[in-house]
Amino acid sequence: MADPTSSVAVLTRPYRAVLASRIRSQRSYRANFTVDLVSSLLVGIVELAEVGVLFLNVDRLGGLELTQILIVFGLADLAFSVADLAFGHCDNLPTYLRAGTLDVFYLRPQPLLLQLITSDISLRRLARAMVGLASLVTGLVLVDIDWSFAAVALLLVSALSGIATFAAMFVWAAGAQFFLIDGAEATNAFVYGGRYAASQPASVWNRPLKVVFGFFFPMAFTAYLPTVTLLGLPGTDLMPSWLGWCAPLAAAFTWAMALLAWRIGVRHYRGGGG
Amino acid sequence: MSADTPIIETRRLGRDFKVRDGVRRRTLTAVDDLDISVAAGEAVGYIGANGAGKSTTIKMLCGILVPTRGSVTTCGLRPVADRRELARQVGVVFGQRTQLWWDLPVRESFTILSAIHGLGAAEEAARTGELVERLELAEFLATPVRQLSLGQRMRAEVAAALLHSPRLVILDEPTIGLDVLSKQRLREFLVAERTTHGTTLLLTTHDMGDVERLCDRVLLVDRGRLVWDGTLAGLSRTVGAQRVLVVDLAESTPDLVDVASTQHIGSEGGGLRQRLAFDPDTTTAAKVLAAVSERVEVLDLAVEEPDVEDVVRRVYAARR
Repeated sequence: MADPTSSVAVLTRPYRAVLASRIRSQRSYRANFTVDLVSSLLVGIVELAEVGVLFLNVDRLGGLELTQILIVFGLADLAFSVADLAFGHCDNLPTYLRAGTLDVFYLRPQPLLLQLITSDISLRRLARAMVGLASLVTGLVLVDIDWSFAAVALLLVSALSGIATFAAMFVWAAGAQFFLIDGAEATNAFVYGGRYAASQPASVWNRPLKVVFGFFFPMAFTAYLPTVTLLGLPGTDLMPSWLGWCAPLAAAFTWAMALLAWRIGVRHYRGGGG
Repeated sequence: MSADTPIIETRRLGRDFKVRDGVRRRTLTAVDDLDISVAAGEAVGYIGANGAGKSTTIKMLCGILVPTRGSVTTCGLRPVADRRELARQVGVVFGQRTQLWWDLPVRESFTILSAIHGLGAAEEAARTGELVERLELAEFLATPVRQLSLGQRMRAEVAAALLHSPRLVILDEPTIGLDVLSKQRLREFLVAERTTHGTTLLLTTHDMGDVERLCDRVLLVDRGRLVWDGTLAGLSRTVGAQRVLVVDLAESTPDLVDVASTQHIGSEGGGLRQRLAFDPDTTTAAKVLAAVSERVEVLDLAVEEPDVEDVVRRVYAARR
């Protein structure tokens, strides 16, 4: 195809067809969808309330006030929920492996990982993202921020990088499932544990936790570090404030790890000297 | 690729699996030293007991599994390296696992698969129309897949696998669990598809009817190795598989142990129903029936063909 837009249309047609059908099917079971949406909203609100309860007892947490924590929580939850919406069903891989339905992906002329990612989309997680967004916006309004071009850029870059980082976590976990039959519990500790860690100020973590969730799974880069940079606060031990600008690097690193894990996993599955 | 290049060719193909046996690991050979060559347009039955290596072979043919030894080409392509190109030329039906979207209407699965295989609108309409008509899918096109009966679902599965008009169709146990009528319809469809489009068929099955009605050639595997490559009739002859005449008699009769060229293999209901085995090379069902009728009135009869299990059992027994 000479026209680049039409070749993009051709290349994306398989994925668009699947996603459109998933969306139609979720909308056709309306009652079901509403219940999902509401329960997802409730979970988000309960988690936000947890932060509030904490602040009934303390004025500051890890050097941040409640309103500042709202930014951390909001950024982390927004990024995670959006990643979860688009990538969360990678968690289904163990089911596909057990039922043998992964083999069906091999019979289609698209890359395996792209097929897995686009095999579903969970619109109900939009509710969760709304909680995150609300928390973020509230925080941003209540905290006195010196709004500059750099501040806006930092926020946007951090949000996008955060989504990419969490998305990579799902892919990484999926790659690991090829080895760990019934290993979802183990990877969930890092994926969902990582989400929880991301919504807290990294300054309260001890050193081992900082190494694991600060750098190996760079959760601190999704919310805490950009927030301290945005607010002009000092960083913490091992984490100077300027690291807040490095969220894209953290995302790239996580994706490299994720693709490596996926590649090794697929090689193992096919038994090609993996 | 030229017309006379085999559509499937394996050379000394082998595949091992590492299995954990308690704490020790041992190697299990699923396929070994397999040489197969299938020409375009052939219809081949790939049979063998459970665990003989049939599914492993199919997975290597499609690029799902990497061979441990030897080489394989499918449609002139290397299955693992050229998997995506190969997917456009091969259609696979796994009797046990679905490739339809279970919560969507059947029609929708076809739309998605058309997009996946990049069919144009005209091509999609023509091919879908052809398959809907031939497989009689019209009545349940709007039904979600999860509400289909097994027979309906299987027909939809076959249509899904054939939507992109593959040159090679691989069917893994396509008739398992189907009733007689559904089996018959499916077989008729496959025969017609082959006649019209020259499609090559490779099917694994436990059903002798499938092999008899669909295949010109049989490949029999035992413990991962090819032990027969030829016609089914030839195979049955080699192992001396017998047909069985079942007769329902008008009155209780002593066991018919001395009918010429037959062997009495059982009676039920005090001799009201009797089963006589005979070798199709030495006599015919008609002759046996005539011999029985001379002694007692026959009310009903049935002829049982040797089943795949039986043939396979005999081959295996002879090899051990």
